[in-house]
Amino acid sequence: MSRTVLTVDDSRTMRDMLHMALTDAGFRVLQAVDGVHGLEMLEADDAPDVIITDINMPRLDGFGFIEGVRQDARHRATPILVLTTESDSAKKNRAREAGATGWIVKPFNPEKLVEAVRRVAA
Amino acid sequence: MEAIKATFFQECEELLADLEAGLLALEGGDTDPETVNAVFRAVHSVKGGAGAFGLEQLVRFAHVFETTLDHLRSHELEQTAHVLKVMLRAADLLADLVRAAQSGAHLDEARCQALAEELVALSGDHAAESEPMGAASGADYLLGDDFDFKPLQVAFTDSGDGAGGAVMDEPGLTDWVIRFRPLATLYLKANDPALVLRELERLGALEVGLEQSELPLLDDLDPEGAYLAWTLRLRTSASEADIREAFEFVDGDCDLEVTAVADPFAAQFEEEPAASPVSSDVELDVMALIQRAQAEVASSDGGDIFEPAALAEIAPDSPTPSPAAAPAAKTADAAAVAPVTTTIRVDLDRVDRLINLVGELVINQAMLSQRVIEAGLVRSSNVALGLDDLEQLTREIQDSVMAIRAQPVKSVFQRMPRLIREIAAATGKQVRLVTEGEGTEVDKTVIERLTDPITHMIRNAIDHGLEKPADRVAAGKPAEGMVKLSAFHRSGRIVIEITDDGAGIDRKRVRDKAIEKGLIAAEAVLTDEETDNLLFMPGFSTASAISDISGRGVGMDVVKRSVQGLGGRITIASRPGEGSTFTLSLPLTLAVLDGMVVTVDGHTLVAPLTAVIETLQPKPDTVRSLGPSGMVVAVRDAFVPLIDIGANLGFRSTPIDPCSGVALLVENDVGGHAALLVDAIQGQRQVVIKSLESNYQQVDGIAAATILGDGRVALILDVDAIIANRRPEPTPAPAPEHNPPLLATAS
Repeated sequence: MSRTVLTVDDSRTMRDMLHMALTDAGFRVLQAVDGVHGLEMLEADDAPDVIITDINMPRLDGFGFIEGVRQDARHRATPILVLTTESDSAKKNRAREAGATGWIVKPFNPEKLVEAVRRVAA
Repeated sequence: MEAIKATFFQECEELLADLEAGLLALEGGDTDPETVNAVFRAVHSVKGGAGAFGLEQLVRFAHVFETTLDHLRSHELEQTAHVLKVMLRAADLLADLVRAAQSGAHLDEARCQALAEELVALSGDHAAESEPMGAASGADYLLGDDFDFKPLQVAFTDSGDGAGGAVMDEPGLTDWVIRFRPLATLYLKANDPALVLRELERLGALEVGLEQSELPLLDDLDPEGAYLAWTLRLRTSASEADIREAFEFVDGDCDLEVTAVADPFAAQFEEEPAASPVSSDVELDVMALIQRAQAEVASSDGGDIFEPAALAEIAPDSPTPSPAAAPAAKTADAAAVAPVTTTIRVDLDRVDRLINLVGELVINQAMLSQRVIEAGLVRSSNVALGLDDLEQLTREIQDSVMAIRAQPVKSVFQRMPRLIREIAAATGKQVRLVTEGEGTEVDKTVIERLTDPITHMIRNAIDHGLEKPADRVAAGKPAEGMVKLSAFHRSGRIVIEITDDGAGIDRKRVRDKAIEKGLIAAEAVLTDEETDNLLFMPGFSTASAISDISGRGVGMDVVKRSVQGLGGRITIASRPGEGSTFTLSLPLTLAVLDGMVVTVDGHTLVAPLTAVIETLQPKPDTVRSLGPSGMVVAVRDAFVPLIDIGANLGFRSTPIDPCSGVALLVENDVGGHAALLVDAIQGQRQVVIKSLESNYQQVDGIAAATILGDGRVALILDVDAIIANRRPEPTPAPAPEHNPPLLATAS
């Protein structure tokens, strides 16, 4: 069964890029447009194997989203990768404190992305 | 890629419009922090997309703009008219840059530079902290972000086939000893040591040694704790930095020592791992991706994640189910067992169409059987035998098709924890939800229509059932109330129970309320069960003030109606001070039914086979009269009510002689028994349910209709309703053996 990746990003461009790179690599992709939507998607039946989330998003940002995911017993052990354009480690550390598993630095190419997903997917 | 680029420019237009609108709002005195955030995000998203497409000039300027906006966002920069003016100009330039990028042109670098410097100047003191502007910083930004992700060399230990083609000659191999001790925080971030080991294995030949000396006895084991450590021996040409990169995501969440061993024992590893360089072009290289994916599939399917030696070391050494050992074991198991299931998504309409067709097939097959019998062919004739096979096949097809629609009730149960949290917060009660039987499967249609009734009943259970924490403590119960939601199969139906450990139904209040609402007469004598059932009367609500929680949406009468609409039934059991249980019993599918076909006064009727326990022939000495019209029949050592279906449904005015007919001993949901008297039994048959309500209207005692093999319509009996209507005593599930005088005559 192909693995499922939930991508949470408010930018349509980014969502499309993630979608293309991940589906080309054989993943099934679910998409959410912000943290709130992402949490709603997780309430539904379809539990993803890996979550990729942006940080800067309306309604609920990446940090809040990650904390929300980690509070849900069902998704505590789901790997979360953070998309970040920030080179400063402060954002990265904050994301890790919230419970992020790893990160992907934007701009990314498909190989880098898939490699990072593969690294955290059991 | 081009399509995504088009999307990007489209999105940019929207973002730029948002940006401008946001800045104008700020200029107009808007102080909502979300407006600044939105402005920041707009620029940020432009930058992110531009980075992905290598639009350098755009990225550079957007980065400077973003940095200044970040200062504005964090109040390091005051929101003055001047600041906003510069920003609006910056927004205009950004728009120009986007358009230039779209047409492949470049804007005058000097103009960007000038405005960038102006933006930096805004931040005043902070300018010193932020990066110096100009082409260099942009390039830095682009490259600097790229920090850790160097092209990885992917090495497969089982690469005898020389996958990847370009085999690189490895100059020298070094042995490394790595001590890796995960901390508890590593697991909290959903990192998995097994995955780190998998990364290392890609670098070269890996020996894995588990240290489990810290593992406590099960009683002392903290499931969230970290007890395991690994000593790894890696033979690779990779540098220490490459090795440490495998630990990148767990950095800080583990103790890590990486040391080179001077004396490699060369003979042990003869096979030189072949490495396939991974393409790292910015452009999408589909072929490389596919190759990678295939290689990955091959490597994981082969179960080659660990070397057998490593596995042997891990598996027997971890007797307790420690959280750290589990992932490693899981990976191994998954690889070993892994009969990978695949799924496809199918439009529900197609499945429904298939189910309808199979329904028609069942009817058609029954008609064929009938025709064969009518044609006088013997049962051993080839046609009849072939028809038997067809019947078998039809049944299997039907089961398989039904299984497509079957889904675990999990999807409904899953929504409840959130609901519980919300209601608990709104009512100030402490609630714990316990769910059981989430994997119980039922038809999708049933599931979809279950959500609302269950939601409402859970609301009710918390709002009306559970007491406030203080009251609970006073009553000697834990402050935290419990709501249990369980599902299981029972005699061909799915049963869903919603149990709370609250105060139980306050029957006096229910009764008072019903009298006050004019639902019952003041002097009416009601049993406990009848009182409880008042809750389902339209227009009944016990809460003195309809609360926001249960008052929302539907009442219990609607719940009951929607459950009945599904062919289900709802019952209440409540004990004062101990809580209540609402039990829903529903058919597994709404499409077919195994039925017993019977004749009553010349009419053909179908009784659901799941309700029929046995059939019996009443004898004169086993039948007794009870009251003016009631009858009971002795079944072994008990009496059960004997109901003449013909009279009950109005086919005839006087009951037939019980001894001339056949009785079906049936059981309802709550275990009540009754014997239904019919004229004759025709046989058992699978029938396709056709809703009576949607084609005609609801008829008491009739659940649905079906079309028989000969094309005639037959009604399907609603056994529960018939028992309920004819129950001689008002108490639930009358157990006749508790009736001493009758019992005496029975034996």
